[in-house]
Amino acid sequence: MTDPRPEAQVVLRLENITKRFGKLTANGAISFDLRQGEVIALLGENGAGKTTLMNILFGHYTPDEGHVEVFGMRLPAGNPRAALAAGVGMVHQHFTLADNMTVLENIVLGTRSIWRLGFGRAQARQRIVTLMEDYGLRVDPDAQVGSLSVGERQRVEILKALFREARILILDEPTAVLTPQETDDLFATMRKAVALGLSVIFISHKLHEVMAISSRVVVLRHGKLVAEAKTSETDRAAMAQMMVGSEVAAPVVRRADPGAALVTLAGVSSPDIGSAPGLKNVDLELRAGQITGLAGVSGNGQTALADLIGGLIRPASGTFHVKGDAPRGWSPHAAISAGIARIPEDRHKTGTIADFDLTENAVLELYSRPGFSRHGWMNWRAARDFAAKIIRGYDVRCPGPETRIRLLSGGNMQKLILGRVLETAPSVVLANQPVRGLDIGALTYVHEQLLAARDRGAAVLLISEDLDEVTALSDVIHVISEGRLSPGFARGAMTPAELGVWMAGDGFEEAPHAA
Amino acid sequence: MRLEPIANPTWTRSLGLPAVALFATVVVASLLAMIAGAQPFSVLGLIVKGAFGSKFATLETLNRATPLIFTGLAVAVAFRAKLWNIGAEAQLYMGAVFTVVLGTGALAWPAFALLPTIAVAAMLAGAVVLLVPTFLKTRFSVDEVVTTLLLNFVVLLWVSMLLEGSLKDPMGLGWPKSARLIAEARLPRIAEGLRLHWGFGLALISALVVWVIQRRSTLGYEMRAVGLNPAAARFAGIPVNATLIKTALLSGGLAALAGFSEVAGLKGNLTLDISPGFGYTGIIVAMLALLNPLGVVVAALFVAGIFVGADSMSRAAGVPTYLADIMLALALLAMVLAIMLTKFRVRRD
Ligand SMILES: Nc1ncnc2c1ncn2[C@@H]1O[C@H](COP(=O)(O)OP(=O)(O)OP(=O)(O)O)[C@@H](O)[C@H]1O
Ligand SMILES: [Mg+2]
Repeated sequence: MTDPRPEAQVVLRLENITKRFGKLTANGAISFDLRQGEVIALLGENGAGKTTLMNILFGHYTPDEGHVEVFGMRLPAGNPRAALAAGVGMVHQHFTLADNMTVLENIVLGTRSIWRLGFGRAQARQRIVTLMEDYGLRVDPDAQVGSLSVGERQRVEILKALFREARILILDEPTAVLTPQETDDLFATMRKAVALGLSVIFISHKLHEVMAISSRVVVLRHGKLVAEAKTSETDRAAMAQMMVGSEVAAPVVRRADPGAALVTLAGVSSPDIGSAPGLKNVDLELRAGQITGLAGVSGNGQTALADLIGGLIRPASGTFHVKGDAPRGWSPHAAISAGIARIPEDRHKTGTIADFDLTENAVLELYSRPGFSRHGWMNWRAARDFAAKIIRGYDVRCPGPETRIRLLSGGNMQKLILGRVLETAPSVVLANQPVRGLDIGALTYVHEQLLAARDRGAAVLLISEDLDEVTALSDVIHVISEGRLSPGFARGAMTPAELGVWMAGDGFEEAPHAA
Repeated sequence: MRLEPIANPTWTRSLGLPAVALFATVVVASLLAMIAGAQPFSVLGLIVKGAFGSKFATLETLNRATPLIFTGLAVAVAFRAKLWNIGAEAQLYMGAVFTVVLGTGALAWPAFALLPTIAVAAMLAGAVVLLVPTFLKTRFSVDEVVTTLLLNFVVLLWVSMLLEGSLKDPMGLGWPKSARLIAEARLPRIAEGLRLHWGFGLALISALVVWVIQRRSTLGYEMRAVGLNPAAARFAGIPVNATLIKTALLSGGLAALAGFSEVAGLKGNLTLDISPGFGYTGIIVAMLALLNPLGVVVAALFVAGIFVGADSMSRAAGVPTYLADIMLALALLAMVLAIMLTKFRVRRD
């Protein structure tokens, strides 16, 4: 991106913002300016305080000290209404749409008094259609939000902000849930917005995106602003170092020493899950001491495969063996008992229970084991010790084991899940999008743990949309497309371009595995 | 106007708001009393006096609270796991019927063997009535609100049929009522000469047991997990359906104990009006208690106190007893609002 003119007007000023949660200082005296036409990338580790800062800016939280100025006017603290009126629009990390309403209703919702019945539908629709064209945000205004994909929902969120005449857009980790193609579309929208005079604050852990879209970076570490730089004058390594405070080295991958096949699928098919395809005649072997990578655009059968190995579904046809046995009564409990550690794709919906504390979440899969319970009675002391051990061993940043997990940042939640499943020394590790939303420090940490599990002799299945991640870690790569699985390719056997061809669904006809 | 979720409500908020709600109830009820022509603030005093003003009144209130503790616990247990049991009334009557079936001479056992047997049989009967809707829910996703509610009417009509038929007291001069229980099947009084039977003690013990189960047992943990996030519970290998079934057993059994205690403790026989809606009032009790088993005891005493106190209040102040019903309804509305406001903040737009 080109830099905005240096004399461009300051549209947003954060003055000395401090926010404490009990003993924890989530934001410590943070000040910076946003100029018109600028895209600031806000960087920082998980739990650095980015979301907190944006929530203050948007009036969801009241700062303990400091204030926010928008277009030279001081915003009243803790008042989202005033922030909206001043032209600040926010797209949250976790969406806030009503599933049972249409796109149009969601966008208009809250802009009219709830006491008024009709709301000038035709007029509203006209404006929304114009906005869609201006910003390249395609979505059917009459679709039910519940039926939309994540990418579409996000577009609705952005439209919602634009409909309220936002001049400043805040996007909290918008790309964490997007496919690469959707990310490109989002960037096109952001460029259009900037061209139309808007300013953007953009949060992401993916540094190549930051390089591509931002004009300036602001880095937070442990709640403090530690660095500010023009994007053109910095690079990925430097940014990583600013965030973490020390150099981040990608983990060294030693040679794999594959052993026996621990999980085997032969000709396995499974029913479709909603609009996502099920498995189609899939052959797969997960060998001990080896990382098997699964590349592919999400929504191509990854969920079905993860659900099958994780015990949530059973194959409709074909043979499925775990450690040589065809499991009878396959269930999550059976999978856990068979030593399969599962890192779920959605840590909020399936990985954790938001209103349980860390202790209760730590033993979610293990509470029925001797040690954590006896004759139907919980041993809470043992559970707390276990949680404390994970907190220490996996560097989960939190006030303590009795914190509700809802309050943890995404990375720390993931570390708890990682600790919970790896502490049991599993023989199979099923990692489904394990680094989604994680900072590079945490990401590197997760990768190290997966490699360590492999080196201990575990069979690891890594499912990821990020081809770089899959190729860097995997000893064998399969590509999944529309529920079909490619043959396994050894490390380095295929170039990214060749894998891309398979990901697009070509190559399967010639493959011996095709149905 | 818009609601905004609060991440972690403060203690003052989560305890203060319910207190404010109760206070507001009292104020509004007093105003209504004034409209009805009574001294505004005397009404409350009269209710308290009527409910706890004498030994007789207090015992009456405790007796009245007993079935409410059981049904309140039944609802609290079920709602915690998001099993919407609206059928405590039916489960109560099942318990009452089995108490009569076994307690009118069918088993000639001594009291120490007979009473526990009857209690267990009653609990099983109540549990079975809730198992059917629970099974339909887990198996075919049939909404249990509808099925449990409808079963109330089914069971009540069935009891009415029994009281006109096989359970009818032959010496009853044609009234639809059952024969009286034998002496061994009656719950003894807590102390000699005290008009309070052991049903009340059993209710207190039940509350304590349920509290311990929820906090300390694996079942309590499973019930909370299933209630808060069934998808995550299932993923973690918690047997969701089995947990709901166990919850139903516990909930239905507790509601049935209300029937057992009313028949074996208070009344001595079964009539169609043995419960003036204790099953439904149990929902109010559980909500007022925020589903906390120990809170249920307090809430049941509160509700029973209003009912008992309302009678003497209406006589003394010359206002209708309906005022008590209105007060309860107000208390519930205010409490529901207060609970919501502990979780959400109202923002003006
Ligand atoms: N409402 C709250 N109460 C208590 N602590 C909180 C609350 N909200 C956030 N925190 C804590 O404040 C810190 C900063 O959290 P924040 O969500 O701002 O991090 P973040 O930089 O957005 O992280 P991520 O990249 O994972 O989204 C974390 O340690 C978090 O646990
Ligand atoms: Mg965040």
